[in-house]
Amino acid sequence: MTSKTDTKTKPRKNALVMFIHKLGSPPWFYDFTGKLIPWFWALFIALTAWGLYLGLVKGPADYLQGESVRIIYLHVPAAWMSMLIYISMAVMGFIALVWRIRIVEILAMVSAPIGAAFTIVTLTAGSLWGRPTWGTYWVWDARLTSELVLLFLFLGVIGLYNSIDEPRKAARAACLLAIVGAVNLPIIHYSVKWWNTLHQGSSISLMGGSSIDSSILWPLLIMAFAAKFFYAANLLTRARVKLLEQDVRKAWVREVLREKK
Amino acid sequence: MNAEPVSGSLSNAFFALLRRDLLLAFRRRTELLFPVIFLLVVVSLFPLGIGPGPQLLARIAPGVIWIAALLATVISLDALFRSDFEDGTLEQFVISGHPLTLIALAKIVAHWLVAGLPIVLLSPLLALWMNLPAESLVVMIMTLALGTPILSLIGSIGVGLTISLKRGGQLLSLLVFPLYVPILIIATAAVMAASDGLPYTQFLGLLIAGLITSVTLAPFAAAAALKISLS
Repeated sequence: MTSKTDTKTKPRKNALVMFIHKLGSPPWFYDFTGKLIPWFWALFIALTAWGLYLGLVKGPADYLQGESVRIIYLHVPAAWMSMLIYISMAVMGFIALVWRIRIVEILAMVSAPIGAAFTIVTLTAGSLWGRPTWGTYWVWDARLTSELVLLFLFLGVIGLYNSIDEPRKAARAACLLAIVGAVNLPIIHYSVKWWNTLHQGSSISLMGGSSIDSSILWPLLIMAFAAKFFYAANLLTRARVKLLEQDVRKAWVREVLREKK
Repeated sequence: MNAEPVSGSLSNAFFALLRRDLLLAFRRRTELLFPVIFLLVVVSLFPLGIGPGPQLLARIAPGVIWIAALLATVISLDALFRSDFEDGTLEQFVISGHPLTLIALAKIVAHWLVAGLPIVLLSPLLALWMNLPAESLVVMIMTLALGTPILSLIGSIGVGLTISLKRGGQLLSLLVFPLYVPILIIATAAVMAASDGLPYTQFLGLLIAGLITSVTLAPFAAAAALKISLS
């Protein structure tokens, strides 16, 4: 990144703008995120331990669902993450296409496998939860179906990205696909929701119509925050590896590797 | 725009390209027939696999015909830009000075006339095979007439993204099928509602809305995809 400070009328840019500019530079990004990642992992482990303790040990079992209600602490945060990651991937994809920032391209693309993993966790946990409560592993419930379509959208982005050899072209194509998917996502969601109510009355309500008790809500929120830090740590680690791979012939990577030795 | 003057108006370019694509398609008539034959074969497999019970067939007819239409469209989509990409015509289009969006739209329209319209025209035969009640046949034809252009439009984005791949066809189906979900749901719901004697115009309204939205947006996305693939 070239600094444009000399061409500006003001000698110094806003500190935040400078910071964002600097993050676009691979060596700086690599350095900065290297310092952040341990903190994210630490926060993730601490929050998970706290949330799981509250949820699995201290919290009571549900009067209706029994112990199986505890799957919620994995299932619901994963479901939230899967949607959040798709949206953030599409937003990053848009930024990457408009401003052509390579780091954002990489961040968008390494989001996809994490998002797909969260989607699979959501579907698996939901299916295991469905067995004791609904009496079946799978129903074509609106949310389950949307989540399944979301998984296909993630797989499409991953598939397209891995099929094109040239990395930047691959990233731009997959970013465009992510944006197209994001435009369609609300339409898919509402059509599926409405399809479900049309074809079979939605006899199953996840929460039994009642709002969540605070003894479940707090651990759930803590776990949701833990999942965010897991995503952040995982995302940055993957992005750093991708950067090293792509820039393997550049001087800064050689310097980094020399320091490691 | 480039300083180089562009010969001909936009509509001239559009219709010239449309005419060329249709002419090319009719010169290769066998290729033209593949998706149609595919459609007939797929639909005929369902009674064989499920059994000839007329009640059951009538119940699943909208879904079967529509899924077969999706599959036939995806099969035919690869031809949308493939030959022009391989012989370099597509690059000539890009440097012609005419907006790539318009070129993409002309090719999509040609694709629908060649691949989508035959599905609409064949649907009475398919409905007959699947024992679809006569009163829902009109609705079936209307949903196909409104829905298959959307399939071509959305599909063009997927084709644009996968055109530079040697075996893009397999990937293409993964990319576009999730995007086809709403159309499948709305179109089959319309036909089922008609079969049950319920009002169905709201579904047709939704399909029209989808068609308008995708005509407006999809050519731009397809042009952007082609530009990425050609870069």
